[in-house]
Amino acid sequence: MGLEFTFLENIFIATGIILILATFFCLYRAVVGPSEADRVVAINIIGTKTVVIISLIAFVLKQEFFLDVALVYALISFVATIGIAKYMEKGALE
Amino acid sequence: MNVMTSVLIIAALAAGLFFFLVGVVGLLRLPDVYSRMHATTKCDTLGAGLILFALILYAGFSNASVKLLLMILFIWITNPTAAHVIARASYRNKVRVCEGTYELDKTGEAQCND
Repeated sequence: MGLEFTFLENIFIATGIILILATFFCLYRAVVGPSEADRVVAINIIGTKTVVIISLIAFVLKQEFFLDVALVYALISFVATIGIAKYMEKGALE
Repeated sequence: MNVMTSVLIIAALAAGLFFFLVGVVGLLRLPDVYSRMHATTKCDTLGAGLILFALILYAGFSNASVKLLLMILFIWITNPTAAHVIARASYRNKVRVCEGTYELDKTGEAQCND
């Protein structure tokens, strides 16, 4: 593995690591959170962070198709959030 | 990649990280679900927007930057929508509000909801 990173790529790696640590703190709220809405909010924000982390990884590893993965992940995360919120509101998926 | 662009990229990354960390602190510390949502939607729009903007500057004018721009647009459209739907669902389910919240009744009088 002869990966050599430039200065800016090292900064991207540091940003990604800080975001991953922040994601663990969000996970605390998703596990403990007193109501269902707290959990949904925490999971929503974890999804946004994941999109950003995947984009950073795409530039660090120089794999451009990871950006497509991030785009699709954003779509699926949105649909999942809407589905869970509708289920909370009505008590059934209709 | 000249120095000016690098400085701009690092500044945008730092600002985006700042907004993300503020959102996480708000998510952990604020008292009820509505105020937590208020903190995290900032983190969605500004944090993700600024970090993806830094990546656009890094990528220059290419395929990747168009995809990143689409991603920013999509996040800016969908995340307020998702927050609105969650807030409506929790309001209709009568999720607990924190103590000392004022509620307006139909005559416009403020009533303390202790």
